[in-house]
Amino acid sequence: MNSKTHKDPLFHISRKDPPVWWKRFGIRIIAVILALVLAGIVTLLLTKLNPIDVYLTMIDGAVGTKRRVWALIQKTAMLLIIAVAITPAFRMRFWNIGAEGQVLIGGFATAVVMLKLGGKVPTPVLFIIMVVSAIAAGAVWGFIPAFFKAKSNTNETLFTLMMNYVAIQLIGYFVLEWSVPKGSGQIGIINQKTQEGWIPSVGGNAYLVNVIVVAAITIAIAIYLNRTKHGYEIAVVGDSQNTARYIGIDVKKVIIRTMLLSGAICGIAGFLLVSGQDHTITKDTAGGNGFTAIMVAWLAKFNPLWMILTAFIICFLQKGAGEIATMFNLNLAFADIITGIIIFFIVGSEFFIDYKIVFRKSGKEVAA
Amino acid sequence: MISGIYYPDSGEILVNGEEVSITSPKDAFNYRIGMIHQHFKLVDVFTATENIILGLKDGPEGYDVKKAAQKIREISEQYGFDIDPDKKIYEMSVSEKQTVEIIKVLYRGADILMLDEPTAVLTPQETRKLFAVLRRMKQDGKAVVIITHKLHEVLDISDKVAVLRKGEYIGTVNTAGTNETQLTEMMVGQKVVLNIDRTEPVNPEPRLIVAHLNCMNREGIKVLDDVTFTANSGEILGIAGIAGSGQRELLETIAGLQPMVTGGVQYIVPETGEIEFLRDKTPLQIRELGIRLSFVPEDRLGMGLVATMGTTDNMLLRSYKKGKGLFLNKKEPKELAEKIIKELQVVTPGVNTPVRRLSGGNVQKVLVGREIAAAPRVLMAAYPVRGLDINSSYTIYNLLNKQKEMGVAVIFVGEDLDVLLELCDRIMVIGSGTVTGVVDARTATKEEIGLLMTKEVRTDEQ
Repeated sequence: MNSKTHKDPLFHISRKDPPVWWKRFGIRIIAVILALVLAGIVTLLLTKLNPIDVYLTMIDGAVGTKRRVWALIQKTAMLLIIAVAITPAFRMRFWNIGAEGQVLIGGFATAVVMLKLGGKVPTPVLFIIMVVSAIAAGAVWGFIPAFFKAKSNTNETLFTLMMNYVAIQLIGYFVLEWSVPKGSGQIGIINQKTQEGWIPSVGGNAYLVNVIVVAAITIAIAIYLNRTKHGYEIAVVGDSQNTARYIGIDVKKVIIRTMLLSGAICGIAGFLLVSGQDHTITKDTAGGNGFTAIMVAWLAKFNPLWMILTAFIICFLQKGAGEIATMFNLNLAFADIITGIIIFFIVGSEFFIDYKIVFRKSGKEVAA
Repeated sequence: MISGIYYPDSGEILVNGEEVSITSPKDAFNYRIGMIHQHFKLVDVFTATENIILGLKDGPEGYDVKKAAQKIREISEQYGFDIDPDKKIYEMSVSEKQTVEIIKVLYRGADILMLDEPTAVLTPQETRKLFAVLRRMKQDGKAVVIITHKLHEVLDISDKVAVLRKGEYIGTVNTAGTNETQLTEMMVGQKVVLNIDRTEPVNPEPRLIVAHLNCMNREGIKVLDDVTFTANSGEILGIAGIAGSGQRELLETIAGLQPMVTGGVQYIVPETGEIEFLRDKTPLQIRELGIRLSFVPEDRLGMGLVATMGTTDNMLLRSYKKGKGLFLNKKEPKELAEKIIKELQVVTPGVNTPVRRLSGGNVQKVLVGREIAAAPRVLMAAYPVRGLDINSSYTIYNLLNKQKEMGVAVIFVGEDLDVLLELCDRIMVIGSGTVTGVVDARTATKEEIGLLMTKEVRTDEQ
């Protein structure tokens, strides 16, 4: 065995202390710039289009008109509330990937109340029943996996994922059952004429109420997590269940309570989607936001206030990329490529915040 | 690094005067370097022989188990090991497992042996046996590197000592020309007075009575068998035993973290003499009874503290429920954190720096400081100085002594018998979950305790 048969590794990777805030910010900005450059080159090579034009179209698509601005705000708000909803569970390291199902079931409950009670009870009462049943439905969907996690330590990731399918199939069944006209497979716009159970426009803005509700919930959860005893318990359980038990925290109770909360907010998200946006229910009402929200929450390091920014970036990219696809006659896959490159760089930049690369000094420099 | 798990950023390694590059444990074997880790790396359901030849497909014997067993017997005879090559690992005691690890590297023809804290899991008698084997290896021309924190072992076995402090090389001395004080100075970097002032217990009275305690672990194996003892106020009760004999379970059961099968724990309220029964109570219920029971668990970052939180938030653990309302009060915990940092000289960038990023000694100071700040009546500490430098260790000893003088019943689970004999008033020895004896620490000897540690036949070892 000769030492020459082995190449010395050039570098290794090690953890580092988190840098100061402006350095962290700087690393992320550089990542975005690099992403835009790379995405531009890819655009040029694949489509022969001027990247600057493409980016301008993107911005135009996202915020070009007042209507687009509101659509973007609404989209951001919906993604944000789901991200905020899953955050208590994720801070507890309860990997709740069932937001999609919890949102759907909350929306479904809302739709059922609109369908069955719309016009039969006074409007304020109708709204109360809608909200309560949406919250209850979401909470039940959160409670079931939490209960089994607490009782028999089942795997919450699989369990919450499965609960998504249960919700989807349940809605699929009832949509068919109640479809208008019969057999069309669609419920259609609920109470289109009377607009019973529709969240009203305020000052001409259909989404204003939604946005206000989401903002209030975001702030409330931020306070709940950082300033209250419950929030502290969640953090302790998330870091170490042994420490939690040692100090006398009832871990099972915290898991169930937190998932009830998480599910309940997802239920509210479902209510807002059905009552304040779609006015119908389909299997796609949540539109994958239950999963995108995980990325939004994670990028914001589970800080609800940062999620406003991360949710906005994601929605901005989606809206803008959609616009380039239509404007330049490209298909949606191209929009996904651009979005993918940018998100990849943003996520990847976290590596350079938490780790450093140490290059090996030549052995000769250090005198023996 | 020498055994190939880590790779140097700079510098070089010389074997027999030749510069080498070791990038994997395999390389290390090729240079005849063998490492015996503190935590054994053996396959439980294999026999000793199978474990030893594992991964040696190119060896002279290959996977021929019979020939290998023969070679193992020869090695055992040569160095005086006592081992049955056909015994399965899960049937072995800790010291037998260690023997397998050592034979494993010898079998591969290692000339340089490195042992990481080999004596932590051994009784004094077993340690002596190990040292005899190591001496025979030395005579055989092998180089032995032993990593240990027990100074008397260094003086006992080694020829040369290299002292490291926080990853920095301090110096090498010949064992014959040095003594404990000099080594300590090199380790700490300054002159230190290391002595433990043991005072006579003042008015000891029973504070905690543990009676006929039986306890099973999660796998349903009995870990505590009819444990009975009394901890007195103003006294340090040491608990000695081989690692994993039920010490952790005992303390966790008293603290309400593990269910007991039968038996009971009684706490005698000092002011009134009333008895409170702690059986089947959670830590929270115990606290609500007004019983100030503090516990420094073995797993500091995994049980005693929240690793990702700062000192302040870790102080909150004990007090977050205080006060009405939904919201946390961080003012008092912050003051407490600042007080502990100042009084115990905790080195930390700030009260909000995650304790995970502090050194072991500072982590322990934060934990012990918090537990003592609760003004306990009973203080239980499991291996409170493990991994700590000498200075921090003595800080902890002095804190425990101070608690004792204040009338606290201190229960101290330790591994270094010299320290136990110096610090404690009484020492209870446990072996595989039973109490094998209680001795007076002022008169007992290490040999006596060592014999008690292995008194019971150990059948259900790990």
